[in-house]
Amino acid sequence: MIGSPDVVAFTKEDEFGQNNPDPWSIPEEFSIPLHPLADSNPWAKTSYAKFTKDFILISEFSEQVGPQPLLTIPDDPKVCGTFDLNYFSLRIMSVDYQASFVGHPPGSGYPRLSFVEDSRVVLGDSKEGAFAYIHHLTLYDLEARGFVRPFCMAYVSADERKIMLQFQELSLRFSQASECLKAGNRRAFAKELQRKLQDLEYTHSVLQREEGLQREAGPQCMYSAHAVEKANELANVEKSIYEHRDLLRQISCYHCRPRRDPHAVTCQNYTDKGRKREDVQSPTDDGGGGKGAEEDEDEGIKRRSSYTPQLIKARSAKCFDKRLKTLQELCDEPFYEATMELLKETERSFRGDLCYLHTRRMDKALRRRQRITNFLFEEDLGDEDEDEGGMLRPFCAVNHDLDNYTILNPPPIVLGPEPVELDPLEPPDPLDPASETSHTQESELVLEEGNLDSSPSDQTLETQESSEETKGSFSSDKSGTGLAEKQQSLASVRSELPDPDSDLTPDADHNTDLERESSSEDMDITAGEDEGDNGGDQTPVSLLEVVSELEASMEDDCERRSGIESDLLVPIDTACCMAQEGFLYEASAPEAASHLDQSSHHQSSQTLVVNQEPQSLLPLQNDYAVGSLCSESPAAGLELPVGLLGDAVSRTTAEDGSDCTMSASTGSDRAASPLGYGGVVTLRQRKRAGHVALRFVRQYPFAIQALWCLLSGRTLVVLGADEGRVRRLVAALALFVPGPGKCGERVQAWLSCPFTLTDLKRWKLIGLQRVASPVGSSMLYSLSRYSRYISILDADQKTLRCPPYRGQLLANIADHRTYIRRGSTYFLHVQSTLCRLAAKAFLFTFTHHLHLPVSSTEGPEVVEGRRRCFLQEQLGLGEEDSQILLYLSQLVTQQYLQPPAGNSAVAPCFSFNYTTSVLYKI
Amino acid sequence: MLRWILGGREGQSSVEKSPVLCIGEEQPKNCFTELQVLKGHFDIVRFLVQIDDFRCASAGDDGLVLVWNVETGERLQELRGHSQQITAITTFTCSNGLMSHTSLITASSDRSLSLWDPDTGNRVQTISDLQSSVKCLLVLERLCVWFSGGEELCVWDRDFQLQCHRQNHSDTGITALIELPKNCIAAAMDKEIMIYRLTVSTDSTLSVAEMRCLSDHQDQIRALINVNDGLFASGSHAGELIIWDAIDWNILAYEHILWEESQTCAQAEIRLAAPKPSEMSIQHLTTNGKLILAAVGSGLYVYSILTKTVVAYRKVAHDSNVLHTMLLSDSELMSCSEDGSVRMWEIQELPLTAEPASPGFFGMWTFGRPNKQTGPPTKKVVDVPNIRTLELTGDLIGHSGAVQMFASFKENGLVTCSTDHLLILWKNGARQSCLRSLALFQKLEENGGL
Repeated sequence: MIGSPDVVAFTKEDEFGQNNPDPWSIPEEFSIPLHPLADSNPWAKTSYAKFTKDFILISEFSEQVGPQPLLTIPDDPKVCGTFDLNYFSLRIMSVDYQASFVGHPPGSGYPRLSFVEDSRVVLGDSKEGAFAYIHHLTLYDLEARGFVRPFCMAYVSADERKIMLQFQELSLRFSQASECLKAGNRRAFAKELQRKLQDLEYTHSVLQREEGLQREAGPQCMYSAHAVEKANELANVEKSIYEHRDLLRQISCYHCRPRRDPHAVTCQNYTDKGRKREDVQSPTDDGGGGKGAEEDEDEGIKRRSSYTPQLIKARSAKCFDKRLKTLQELCDEPFYEATMELLKETERSFRGDLCYLHTRRMDKALRRRQRITNFLFEEDLGDEDEDEGGMLRPFCAVNHDLDNYTILNPPPIVLGPEPVELDPLEPPDPLDPASETSHTQESELVLEEGNLDSSPSDQTLETQESSEETKGSFSSDKSGTGLAEKQQSLASVRSELPDPDSDLTPDADHNTDLERESSSEDMDITAGEDEGDNGGDQTPVSLLEVVSELEASMEDDCERRSGIESDLLVPIDTACCMAQEGFLYEASAPEAASHLDQSSHHQSSQTLVVNQEPQSLLPLQNDYAVGSLCSESPAAGLELPVGLLGDAVSRTTAEDGSDCTMSASTGSDRAASPLGYGGVVTLRQRKRAGHVALRFVRQYPFAIQALWCLLSGRTLVVLGADEGRVRRLVAALALFVPGPGKCGERVQAWLSCPFTLTDLKRWKLIGLQRVASPVGSSMLYSLSRYSRYISILDADQKTLRCPPYRGQLLANIADHRTYIRRGSTYFLHVQSTLCRLAAKAFLFTFTHHLHLPVSSTEGPEVVEGRRRCFLQEQLGLGEEDSQILLYLSQLVTQQYLQPPAGNSAVAPCFSFNYTTSVLYKI
Repeated sequence: MLRWILGGREGQSSVEKSPVLCIGEEQPKNCFTELQVLKGHFDIVRFLVQIDDFRCASAGDDGLVLVWNVETGERLQELRGHSQQITAITTFTCSNGLMSHTSLITASSDRSLSLWDPDTGNRVQTISDLQSSVKCLLVLERLCVWFSGGEELCVWDRDFQLQCHRQNHSDTGITALIELPKNCIAAAMDKEIMIYRLTVSTDSTLSVAEMRCLSDHQDQIRALINVNDGLFASGSHAGELIIWDAIDWNILAYEHILWEESQTCAQAEIRLAAPKPSEMSIQHLTTNGKLILAAVGSGLYVYSILTKTVVAYRKVAHDSNVLHTMLLSDSELMSCSEDGSVRMWEIQELPLTAEPASPGFFGMWTFGRPNKQTGPPTKKVVDVPNIRTLELTGDLIGHSGAVQMFASFKENGLVTCSTDHLLILWKNGARQSCLRSLALFQKLEENGGL
């Protein structure tokens, strides 16, 4: 029906050659490939794809209508353009290599659920100019044929290289999304099964009663056609009940089976969390045999009295005249949303062409190494970015620093104590030898296969599960990525194993082979566990209750968590706890939670002092997020997704075009920053700021002095009558404020009241309104009173009053005859200069003998002399240029010494010096 | 100075109108290049007391006493208990052998007295419902008793037990108390100084006896200080400065600072009117044993005990009344004023440059012992060129209200308190930066590298 799809094989060079890296060579992430696209001219290859940018497509192979597209991310018809989604769905669904086995396997009485591993394929459609990474997955649906519904998620791009080089990462991301979706689906499926079971049992009881009535009625009725039919029906219902029970057991022992697919060890946390919690919460399960499980189940049913069972007609409708469930219905709501969130984030993070992605990654890798000075000029590498980076690194084709990473994160194998996880879950039943055999079978299988890979991957599973209750969350990507980081380090462990089979190479064919293997193994194992497994039946029941229990036992939870923490020795960082709380809220009421987020934001901004712009108090909220975990963490945890969305948010504000509307337009604190500083600023905004800065530099001959003031820590007041102009100027100059804070709290874009010393201490760049009123005169009085601490840039009269600067350090970024014409170019130019400055400041700060005496005989003058010598001779800085470095160094020192909790008991210092100012005019 | 900002339309601010000299922004001798703003009070902060080398307590009209760590700027304790403004605060050091423990005694307008432990923040003792509010406190550490002065003089022991008290006949009450040798104390009441003697009887009960009333001041006494073991000094609202013998309570020197404007016609356009009393009121006196520094109106006078002459002065040292002064060394002094600034001065040997000296600025009489020397007292200061100058070496601007008081912690910095509810901790930036570097490398070592 379709031509042979040109499935592209993904190959990767084997890693044997990398055993002896040259110790003197630069780490790979720092080197730029000399001829990355040696054969291709980037401009020659104009894309003839019919879509404008990359997107994610989710399709389904419907049993009723065949392949059909379900949704695209971003959900914008413009994105796909004239691209034929139907045709492409057909293409991508036709390369489904999932080995799905449906129906009754020979020798067993009940229908089997097949636990299918996802398959990953890269497909190119040269005619359409579309290339796609395709991730196939199977969801369960009670009403579907064989209870399965095949789906696929595809990342569609016009650039083949992009897909190929990002395959690992795409695979990881989509696996996460897929796991999340499947976990939600399992929950929904289990829920549906239970309802069905209730229905059946109800029907059964009704039928039995009828039969009893008939029996009472007399023998003549007993053999009537009607009675026979009833009896058959009853038998059918009984069979059906057994079948469904079996299905329920199968779905609930999903986790017990080992997984062969190394890519699949992702996102388990999303559901396993629930399982784990249930294990902890109901220790009664331990003693339960098969009977106990049934009892438990009954109990569960009794407890769930909300659902009223319905009578089931003997002949259910044929499958073609019923409506199939939508994807959303197939999956539990929060899981579905989390999946969509993951996919959206994936789409976002892959925006741009390969070169851009590569540069960005290199940039991040570099920046990650200078954590100490990053705060000075770099935009905030949010935690999100950080984790993302951590996740991307080993999987990114252009970034191979596995080895470094392994050293940083020792493999957490020690953290996954097997007994903790497995024993309460599946207590070896002495009465039932089958369970023993199933265990041994498992291990035998492992041995048989002789695959070293499988044991670490199992290990991974356990590690993850053991850490689930602490880390698991789907609402915030933080924990998810934290997990991913962990798992990724495991992956790196695996990759280091000298096992050729260790399956990091995503060879599609090989993959599918493996999956076939694994699925058949799965079946074996399930068969083996058939009688032996006993702990599984009650799982779905409690799965349903997890949410409510979560809500109920929040503090309880914390305690338990801490207990478990200590037991398992899982190193838990605060982010996880935050994420945990975030999960609790999200699970209960996502909307309410987002409400809460907003209202908390609201509250913090209501504590504002009058006459201040809201953003000036934003660090407060920041402090909450970091400082008091217990009280504020719900909000904090929920802020993370906001950060994620920030990009989109700030993009929209950027498209609004005016800087003034920004703070009002969003609820997110990051987006509310006066200049869009921090992680959420888009290139466009930066370009804009760079453009204004460039204009400032070209227009004002004293720009160099203004920049010097900012860089040497002297507060610059931009005085003007026109708000827009002042704000623009402030936004541009904010590029030069060292350490502007996470959301630019050292910058005040517009102030219309007299300022005090405290304000001067807090803000390094102030936009001040010039007014001709009594207020204005008092403002001017404050200007003249504190004139020794400030420099004043008069935007109206175009004057600058500041100490004289004659240095050369800033000459190349403040040259008013510069040849740079574009704002973005200038911005990058400035960034590189400032980056160099920050590096110098780092060197200066952490060079011991420049600050402290080497021997006890040395006096402070000697040290002072040495410092001056270093600054002048070695760095070649004059008196005024040295001040820049001294100020930067002071900031670095303060930042380094700052207690991590950021307690505000100690007022910050404000340094200045006594020098005369001069007035510069145009 | 900043006229260009004003756009030529606004009037000049008061700073520019006053004839006071302005040092400008270049202050190489000013080492206070770093500041910390200490917030916590809700009203005017009037008192600063040094507790030890690194702690100080501030008290003000909000009834709060806050204990600060001067090294870090941290607020250590918040002593709450007084419902009205604090009128007096002093430290009370009790040493029992090796250990000495410093407490704080506070008096408030709510007519209560409290003893605080600044380490724990506890209110150890308290007495309320006094007949009147206490205006001044004096601790005699060697006797372990303390005095409170208001409308009555009370003597208390360390357990806050009233030992004895004396009603005053004056309606203004005691405004200042100092300790004199031989168990005597001097109390300033309106225009008089009353000398009391404390006697410890055999059954260790204390009694206070009135010894002498010195009524040589023409106006209300504003300041009363101990100069050294043998001398004490008092200053009045009318600008009289009297040096007294501490043993037999006689006048050793009398100086009346007053302006004789008639002789300085050149400056008539500036000051035509007769000096207001506040312009020659002695607001504050301080001494280091050799020199007495008097804050007179908005001016500063340095009086030498040795030569019994004014050795240096600056008639207009601040824009407004000087509230507190301190002699940092024999040549350096500091003053703070209602104009919101703290200024640092140096006594220099240079001939007068900033202000033309007019010999008739003050009349001066030197008294010997009155009973011995009754001759004409007029002995004019003849060697006017010998007068040294007070040169402004730096000023600290930060407060937006009057600077009420300051306390120096040597190299740890300087604390100022003000009517703008703030305290500012001024520090030597270079030293702080050095300390921070030290801390940085310590932390680096602890962390084992970056």
